Amino acid sequence: MRPVAVIGLGKTPFGAFPDRDLRSLAVEAGRKCLENGHVRASQVGAFYLGNFAGPAFVGQNHLAPYIGQSLGLEGIPATRFEAACASGGTAFFHAWAAVAAGIYDVVLVTGVEKMTCQATPRVAEILASAGDVAGEMKAGATFPALFAMIARRHMHDFGTRREDLAAVAVKNHANGARNPYAHMRKVISLEQALAGKPVADPLTVYDCSLVSDGAAAVLLAPLERAAEFTARPVRIAAVAQTSDRFALEEKADITTFPAVKRAAEQAYKMAGVGPRAIEFAELHDCFTIAEIIALEDLGFAPRGQGGRYTSEGCTLPSGLLPVNASGGLKAKGHPVGATGVGQICDVALQIRGEAGEMQLGRHELGLAENLGGSGASAVVTILRAA
Amino acid sequence: MRVYTETVVHSAPEAYVSEAPYQIAIVVREDGSRVTGRILGDRVSIDDPVELAEARNGVPYFRKKDK
Repeated sequence: MRPVAVIGLGKTPFGAFPDRDLRSLAVEAGRKCLENGHVRASQVGAFYLGNFAGPAFVGQNHLAPYIGQSLGLEGIPATRFEAACASGGTAFFHAWAAVAAGIYDVVLVTGVEKMTCQATPRVAEILASAGDVAGEMKAGATFPALFAMIARRHMHDFGTRREDLAAVAVKNHANGARNPYAHMRKVISLEQALAGKPVADPLTVYDCSLVSDGAAAVLLAPLERAAEFTARPVRIAAVAQTSDRFALEEKADITTFPAVKRAAEQAYKMAGVGPRAIEFAELHDCFTIAEIIALEDLGFAPRGQGGRYTSEGCTLPSGLLPVNASGGLKAKGHPVGATGVGQICDVALQIRGEAGEMQLGRHELGLAENLGGSGASAVVTILRAA
Repeated sequence: MRVYTETVVHSAPEAYVSEAPYQIAIVVREDGSRVTGRILGDRVSIDDPVELAEARNGVPYFRKKDK
């Protein structure tokens, strides 16, 4: 396998955009990315699209060629990848694999979701289709409910406190306020976070990521050709995709995500580093408890101590391991199919020193973790300064 | 049978909006297997004993069992 680099980045803001459709968002991110990577559409060898539920949210299927055509991509393979909230990361993983294997040289990966055109109960139902529709969801679960049950058990087993969950929300909101592309740029207090409207006990609205519209894109090329396109390539030191038991009730222990642990083990091995070498991370905080468990599964905090690690300030921008400097899914927003690709953009921006107000200082090694469903899919990526 | 974990759902999916708020739980059966179901009557917490009250539309409904 040959080394692969990220040579271009493009994002739309994440938010609620009533006058924007799915295609225009994906095309904006894709065009910005081609421009950023100094790549012409005719140079792109394949188009990989991450999208969770375009058919349900906007009624459009066959999305990859639909968007590819508008980007001027003519005649090349155009494929949509769906892995619930890990759709973007999954498209990125497969694009990396194809470039690493020498099948293509330049590949465009775009993630997109258009969600705010549907009312909240319908959004909950579409998201619930990423769980076991004939089982847990038929009993009345929602994604917030699944993660609420995970939080309850984590609190029971390890003494994680309600305040620890809120600390994740307070931090990510403060970070999001510095991100011009974030859906919600509003600082909240611990008291506010604790007093939010209940969604699924013990989770309140402040524990849940946002329903957003948005798109993100990255361009990949072999590292040896990266200099032809950009002065600031970022090397993909590792990327691993894994899967695990599908429904929550089928997991032996719901306080850990084996898919994330497995992907992390593979990624650390591939990059030749351990968790202590990672300087900052973008983690999949679809719910506050998910960031806490990710800290544990990725080896940053001891098992059961992710909440304490957060409340002690270790994940603040000034902390030992800054997490979600972008605001995360909590404040940046969570247009499902765009999320995994957006994380890659935000890690790469930090390494390139182009993160503006979000910039954490000079960093060379960052990690992104993208989770699908209640842990049935996971993608872990490690990027390094080239 | 005991409660492995639970939550009270306030924001329900389209099909169950009229029933919210309601409690769901993952229950550990006698044979160690687990199932997700609804809770009828009193709210339950982790480790509470429950019994099967009924099944509706393939979904088990449990009730807190007197200790």
